[in-house]
Amino acid sequence: MKRVVVNEKWCLGCHLCEYNCAFANSGLKDMAKALKGKPLFPRIRVLDGGDGITFAVSCRHCTDPICVRSCISGALAFRDGAVTIDKERCVGCFTCILVCPYGAISRDADGAVQKCELCLKNGTGAPACVRGCPNGALTYEE
Amino acid sequence: MLDMKKTYVIIGGGVAAVGCAEGIRTTDKSSRVVIIADEGRAPYFRPLISYYLEGKTDLDRMRYRPEGFYSENGIEFINGKATAIDVKAHTVTLDGGRKIKYDAVCVAAGSSPFVPPMEGLDKVEKKFGFMTEDDALSLGDALFPDCRVLIVGAGLIGLKCAEGIVSRCGSVTVCDLAPRVLSSILDGEAASLMQARLEEHGIKFLLSDTAASFGPHTAFMKSGKTVDFDVLVLAVGVRANVSLVKDAGGSVGRGITVDCRMKTSLPDVYAAGDCTETEDASGGGVRVMAIMPNAAFGGRCAGANMAGGDAVFDCAIPMNAIGFFGLHALTAGTYEGELHEARGDGTLRRFYVKDGYLSGFMLIGDDEFTGAGIYTSLIRNRIPLDTLDFETLMQAPSVASFSPGYRSLNIEGWKNA
Repeated sequence: MKRVVVNEKWCLGCHLCEYNCAFANSGLKDMAKALKGKPLFPRIRVLDGGDGITFAVSCRHCTDPICVRSCISGALAFRDGAVTIDKERCVGCFTCILVCPYGAISRDADGAVQKCELCLKNGTGAPACVRGCPNGALTYEE
Repeated sequence: MLDMKKTYVIIGGGVAAVGCAEGIRTTDKSSRVVIIADEGRAPYFRPLISYYLEGKTDLDRMRYRPEGFYSENGIEFINGKATAIDVKAHTVTLDGGRKIKYDAVCVAAGSSPFVPPMEGLDKVEKKFGFMTEDDALSLGDALFPDCRVLIVGAGLIGLKCAEGIVSRCGSVTVCDLAPRVLSSILDGEAASLMQARLEEHGIKFLLSDTAASFGPHTAFMKSGKTVDFDVLVLAVGVRANVSLVKDAGGSVGRGITVDCRMKTSLPDVYAAGDCTETEDASGGGVRVMAIMPNAAFGGRCAGANMAGGDAVFDCAIPMNAIGFFGLHALTAGTYEGELHEARGDGTLRRFYVKDGYLSGFMLIGDDEFTGAGIYTSLIRNRIPLDTLDFETLMQAPSVASFSPGYRSLNIEGWKNA
C-alpha cells in the first residue's frame, strides 16, 4: 500500500500542502471560492521543528492503528492499508484525538473528526498534498 | 498449516471477543472459531447506547462489524451462557448442560452492573441498568415527556445516560455518594466545570448523598431528602466477570489475572477485555482498565497467541475521552507525581510527572485538544521527558516536540536524513 512519506530535509515550510488539502476536500472546483476568507480545515499540518527544520504531518495510516481500535462508533476503519473515516457514524467523542500518537486527527467544521484519507474519496486520484509539493518533501511511495 | 483443525472457544460477545477471533484468523484461517454469547445480538459498540437514546445513531450503525463479516471469516456463534470451564477435560459447559471441547479458550466475559443491597428496591417497578443494548431499548420504552428520572451513579455510565435522555424527560436527577461527578477521572476543579455544564442543560445533582431505601416511586436519601421518580436507572458501578476462571481454580483479583500475552494461570485458558486486570503502564499497579482500546488490543493479542503466535500487549493504561454538551474531558494515566498546569482560554490542562516520565493528564474545555494523543503516547511508550521540550508541549502538543532521532525511528513513512 502506498503512503505519503515525509522528507524533512526538503520541506520549505511553504504550507502549500495545507491549501491543496483543504481545496481537494472542499468539494468545490474553484480554489478561490473554496479557500478565500474561509477558515481552513486541512488534514495535513506544517510544523516547525526548530533549527530551521519544518515538516508536514498527516495520518501515517499505521499498520495497527490505535485510532481504529479505540473508535467507539465504527466511524474509523482500516481498509486495504488506509485508515478511513465515515462521518455519518462519528459521534464526536474525540477518543481518536486522545490516542493518535501523531496528532493527525482533528475536528472538522461540523464537530465530527477529519483526517487524511489519501484523497481516495474526493476524486483527486492521488494525494493533493504530494502533487502540489514544490520540493519533493512529500512523496507517495510503496 | 498441516496441523489438524483445532477448536477455539471464545466466551463473550463484545469487542475483546471479536478482537480475539480476528487475532486467531491472522494466522489460522481454517480452524473452528466459536463465540459463546448470551445477548442474542451481533456484537455492537457498547458505548453508543446513550447516543442511540439521543437519536444520534441507530441499531444498524451500532454493529461492531458489517453483516457478513462473521460468516466470511468462519466465526460461529452459539447463543448461550457459559457456566463452567473444565481445564482437565478441555470443555466449556453451557447452561442447559451442553459441553463444547476446546483446544484453547478465551474468557472475554466483560463485566456486570454492581447493585448494592438497597431496601425496597424490589418494589420499584421501572428500574434499569445501563450496560447493554437491551437496557437502552427498555429504558427508551419507559420514558415519556413528563417523566421524572433518578439515576444512581454520577460516573461515566450514569452521566452518559443522563445526557442521552434529558431531552426526552421532564426531569433528570443524578445522585452519587462521591462529592463530585466523574470522580474516577476528574479532580475537584475539573468535575465542577463538568457539573456546571450538565446543570446548564437541566440535569440536577445530589452529591455526597445516595438512596438509602426506596418506595415504589420515591427514593429516601441518606441526607433525609426524598426524590420522587417514575423511572430509576442504576449505574452505581460494575464488577469484572471473573467466576468462570475463579471456579476453575485460576488466579483472580478484581479481574482475571493475565500476563502480557493474555494467558491466565490455567493451561490453554486466555482472557481479555473488561473481565481482566493487567499492569497499568502508567504506574498505577495491576488493575482493571475496562476501556475499548484495551479490549480490542488484548483480544487480538490473546487470539494471536491461542493460534500459536507470540504477541504481547503490555501498554494498557486507563484513558477516556468524554464530552457533555460540547465540554470535553480527555484524561489518561495515573494522577501521581509533580503537578504541571497550563491554562488557556476556557481550557485547563493538568499533567502529572513522576521520575522524569509523564504519568497522567487531565484536559478539560470547549476544545477538541488536537494533538492530545501525543501526551498519551508519552505515557504508553514511556518516553523520557528530558528528550523533548515539555514546556511547549503542554500548551501545543505536536510531533515537532519529539527529537529528530525519535521521529525517524518511530514514525511510519518518515525520513529526516
